[in-house]
Amino acid sequence: MNRSFVARNPSVLIFLALLALFTLGVTILSEGFGVGIVSTSFVKTLGKTLCLCLVAVAMDLIWGYAGILSLGHFAFFGLGGYMIGMWLMYERTRLIVVDALAQGQIPPTPQEVVDGIGNQIFGVVGSSDFPVIWSFADSLTLQLAMVVLVPGLLALVFGWLAFRSRVTGVYLSILTQAMTLALALYLFQNDSGLRGNNGLSGLQNLPGVSASQDVVSMWFFWGSALALGLGYLLAAWVVSGKFGSVIRGIRDNEARVRFLGYSVEAYKLAMFTLTACIAAIAGALYYPQAGIINPAEIAPIASIYLAVWVAIGGRGRLYGAVIGAAVVSLLSTWFTGGQAPDVPLGFYTIKWVDWWLVLLGLSFVGVTLFAPQGIGGLFDLISDRLRPDRHGADLGPDQGSLREKEAQQ
Amino acid sequence: MSTLLEVSGVSVSFDGFRAINNLSFRIADAEMRAVIGPNGAGKTTFMDIVTGKTKPDEGRVLWGEKSVSLLKMSEAKIAQAGVGRKFQKPTVFEDQSVQENLLMALKKPRGWLPVLSYRPSEEDLAKVATLADDIGLGDALLRKSGELSHGQKQWLEIGILLAQEPRLLLVDEPAAGMTPEEREKTTDILVEAAKTRAVVVVEHDMEFVRRLNCKVTVLHEGSVLAEGSLDHVTSNQDVIDVYLGR
Ligand SMILES: Nc1ncnc2c1ncn2[C@@H]1O[C@H](COP(=O)(O)OP(=O)(O)OP(=O)(O)O)[C@@H](O)[C@H]1O
Ligand SMILES: [Mg+2]
Repeated sequence: MNRSFVARNPSVLIFLALLALFTLGVTILSEGFGVGIVSTSFVKTLGKTLCLCLVAVAMDLIWGYAGILSLGHFAFFGLGGYMIGMWLMYERTRLIVVDALAQGQIPPTPQEVVDGIGNQIFGVVGSSDFPVIWSFADSLTLQLAMVVLVPGLLALVFGWLAFRSRVTGVYLSILTQAMTLALALYLFQNDSGLRGNNGLSGLQNLPGVSASQDVVSMWFFWGSALALGLGYLLAAWVVSGKFGSVIRGIRDNEARVRFLGYSVEAYKLAMFTLTACIAAIAGALYYPQAGIINPAEIAPIASIYLAVWVAIGGRGRLYGAVIGAAVVSLLSTWFTGGQAPDVPLGFYTIKWVDWWLVLLGLSFVGVTLFAPQGIGGLFDLISDRLRPDRHGADLGPDQGSLREKEAQQ
Repeated sequence: MSTLLEVSGVSVSFDGFRAINNLSFRIADAEMRAVIGPNGAGKTTFMDIVTGKTKPDEGRVLWGEKSVSLLKMSEAKIAQAGVGRKFQKPTVFEDQSVQENLLMALKKPRGWLPVLSYRPSEEDLAKVATLADDIGLGDALLRKSGELSHGQKQWLEIGILLAQEPRLLLVDEPAAGMTPEEREKTTDILVEAAKTRAVVVVEHDMEFVRRLNCKVTVLHEGSVLAEGSLDHVTSNQDVIDVYLGR
């Protein structure tokens, strides 16, 4: 028990090694830094996938380990994206506006610059004033802090209200759906201050950077890989010790944990907030690679997909979540991107763009019914064969269990 | 000896049914007490009230030298104050090893921050190993507790209870599902524990209660029917009528 963290969790080391290898491989094959076999747009897809793996790790922490089926974590993911998007959009627009005004006879006043930026950004929603929430958008440092603080605070307040009233199970799931729906509906409004359904766009362009997308995409790819590696390490550390014991205890029998003297609500709140922050960081790395964020991204269905990925990958094990997110989201890109060949049946042609969701739904039902351990469960088959068989001894109840019946009379 | 727990005039109803009816109960610092009574007498509900799981409709539950009320405290706070409980149906964390179960119970800070940075010291591990030996699970430290037999789970739960070092142990039917030898050992553990702390044992098995050799409280329909030595209560005509004479 006192051996080093990595020795106790060999899967962490294996995961990090594979991630590093993958990152190196993609770098060598990329257009920006390598031989150019992997296109820049595919690098972006892979980078985005890494971010989805990270948010899946967060989902696994809160659902697989703490037993809280949150169907709202994509709200935090999206908010993280919005927060970084605000700076990206503000700064890029500022550079353009300053450039344009520099053509004039007299140098522009700061107010003229701000008005110019406001016009550019909010013209689409018929406004030009900066809403209060954009107060920090001119500072990268502050806006980066907001990436964590805004979703973190939302999770803290929401979780405090929900857990304090001991809302659990399906009621909590519904409540989290309501939260993400409410947020999406609010953001859809033009006067929400975040450009309504237009969302924030042009996020793939880093202000003041002249490097091509071939290069920038690799920067984000590396950043995403690093974030996933660190997030995975953090998650593995959190669940490895006594804290992990307590939250798994909460998952399996929260009343019992209370009678041991642990404040279950505080633990749930800590986990909910921590995972919201991880999700937000993942989102902040995802949307610059996607280039655009709009309120549709945080529609309730997105958070449900997240749960499906984790279920298919295998919850309660971190690599399961990563595998689930990677496999399902990449397959989804392939099927819905029109790359998957149609299947002609003679009387009907299966177009995967239409049928992918059906396939996903069936896989989800199949996994739930027949392989509750998910894809990650396959690893048990391997490691069980490697490990000596310690089972079989003293499994059943001993003869004393007869008395269980007596005692109940 | 000073009073550790005082329950007075407590009543609780479930959907109009009075499970506990004007119950009063008092136990001293280092005392062993057996609680017996027919099914549905309210023994488990009594423990629910003391541990904060069920809030009574009326009455007082006072704790410790300062006579603080337990009624306004959460389950976790009550447990931290020193009330430990073993459930009727053994509830250990089946997905976790015996060692993890005991480490979680060990008397240590319960807040999430100290727990997050906690790593077991040699001393803690030694303590857990000794405890496991005491409850006959010394060889099973690293086994998943879900693999244990019913009797072993009962013991693990007693071990979890002892690891918390509570001032009051509430033990609900500890011997259910145990062989005669296991029962004897359980008696020894409980008697030993009662030397330094208060222990309340709910049990149906009269032989078991006799070996505990302590004052007995008989519950019936939510209130105390008789109290005294085992011989005293077993010769009480009311007790014979409602419980022993079934
Ligand atoms: N949460 C509850 N809701 C409704 N009724 C309850 C509840 N808890 C207990 N009761 C009822 O209160 C009465 C007392 O139950 P309790 O479990 O305390 O009995 P007991 O003395 O522990 O019995 P046993 O020997 O069978 O364990 C029973 O009639 C039971 O059905
Ligand atoms: Mg009972």
